[in-house]
Amino acid sequence: MALRASAARKTLGNWFSVRKFMAVGGLGHRQSRGLQTFSLPDLPYDYGALEPAISAEIMQLHHQKHHQTYITNYNKALEQLDEAVNKGEVSKVVHLQSTIKFNGGGHVNHSIFWKNLKPIAEGGGEPPHSALGWAIDQNFGSLETLIQKMNTEGAALQGSGWVWLALDKEAKKLRVETTANQDPLITKGTNFIPLLGIDVWEHAYYLQYKNVRPDYLKNIWNVINWKYAIEVYENEVA
Amino acid sequence: MRMACLASELSSSTAICHPLPQRWRSTFAQRRGIGRWSSPKRLRCASVNVRCYFQLIPPPYPLSSLEPYMSQETVERHWGRHHREHLNSLNTHIAGSELNEMPLEEIVLASYNKGDCLPVFIHAAQTWNHDFFWQSMKPGGGGRPSGILLQLIERDFGSFELFLKEFKTAALTQFGSGWVWLTYKSNRLDVGNAVNPCPSAEDNKLVVAKTPNAINPLVWDYSPLLAIDVWEHAYYLDYENQRAEYISVFMDKLVSWDFVSSRLAMAFARDEERARKDASSSEEDDLVLADSAAREMFLDSDDDDSETE
Repeated sequence: MALRASAARKTLGNWFSVRKFMAVGGLGHRQSRGLQTFSLPDLPYDYGALEPAISAEIMQLHHQKHHQTYITNYNKALEQLDEAVNKGEVSKVVHLQSTIKFNGGGHVNHSIFWKNLKPIAEGGGEPPHSALGWAIDQNFGSLETLIQKMNTEGAALQGSGWVWLALDKEAKKLRVETTANQDPLITKGTNFIPLLGIDVWEHAYYLQYKNVRPDYLKNIWNVINWKYAIEVYENEVA
Repeated sequence: MRMACLASELSSSTAICHPLPQRWRSTFAQRRGIGRWSSPKRLRCASVNVRCYFQLIPPPYPLSSLEPYMSQETVERHWGRHHREHLNSLNTHIAGSELNEMPLEEIVLASYNKGDCLPVFIHAAQTWNHDFFWQSMKPGGGGRPSGILLQLIERDFGSFELFLKEFKTAALTQFGSGWVWLTYKSNRLDVGNAVNPCPSAEDNKLVVAKTPNAINPLVWDYSPLLAIDVWEHAYYLDYENQRAEYISVFMDKLVSWDFVSSRLAMAFARDEERARKDASSSEEDDLVLADSAAREMFLDSDDDDSETE
């Protein structure tokens, strides 16, 4: 038996439940000493609700540990940035950029990801109709082709990152994009709006799917919340 | 680092003949000078068409022997799946290409292609990286280095503890998937293949380096001495999100300082080989210079002659 993070696990839940946050626009934030910092947003379903596509263990670690760590480090970086800006320390400001991009991106991406998922019993996996369904057919030929494309690009992504269904607001087209590490979609251009983001970091699937990332990608479509994608799409194109 | 198999396509497309044991290959490569610094002559079968591919080398210890610090399950999956898949993809990619006959390190450098990586780069580099990673550990590892290695660590980092701190911080702060290395930077700042990440650092010193995804310090012309894999698959089954814990245990209980010392000796040997080559090429240059100076004098005298005519 290898060492497992059992000690850390015992504390799971405790400190999550004692914290209070305001969920504003999906990215829970709070004010402290005039500086806006962020808190872990609640999941709109139970950790086990996405089984068998994604195990409860993965969901809990992913939410309470990984997402929380991005938030903690983002808040820390924001405080350091605030201090550096106030002191006029330009090099320090520049130095903080990669940390802010990584951890802020991690927070942005995961906040979207949780909303992209839905238990099957609540409509997860139900294919999109309406305007988004038409747009998918128009841009990719069919939903199946889009899924195939996202699975292929997600599986081929080197290392850690995300595969996105994006709305290109300028071209008024849907596109499949990938970003490395925790780069949010906006790093590809401000014209891109994320409709759907799939996390292909190993921590998103390894405990369950091990090295077989394609199986994770195949199964995640059973719990995709197309309603959320439809809402975002309709708001943007309205 | 590799076991090469040469098979004559004339005899059979799938036949394997003359498998060369890894140790034999290493010795051979060492004697001839490794990588791009010299071009090791390859053994060839008599036939024109030579098929060459790599074989999966097991870690130099039983797969369960790193327990409890790295589980058998992790090693089996990491070596038996991740490493194997890179190796298989490498073989598929190089089949029939000009990379087919190169040693692994040369494939890494050639396919890095000045940062515009060819598709084969990922698999070649990851095959090399994993071979290196397995050797970077041993059952009953950890502790402190000794001898010249320790002296250099103390010279270049201030103390062993300061080195540990720098190495652990680098491993913890590698954003996303990748590797962290202790390397010997012996190049002469004119790295042909890539941007030198530490251009202002002195040559001939130890440097800690982070690399994303598949990249390794060979592309900067550095000599890797030690590698820790910080892809999540390297530790997730055992440590979940606790990368810091994995890194600490790796340094305290798993690292093979013997291996690091042996790589340092190889780096020195490479330097000496280079110095010898530099010396002999500058001698050749002198000869060429002397020769051209003589010719110049001759031409001058010709010119003189012509002027006098």
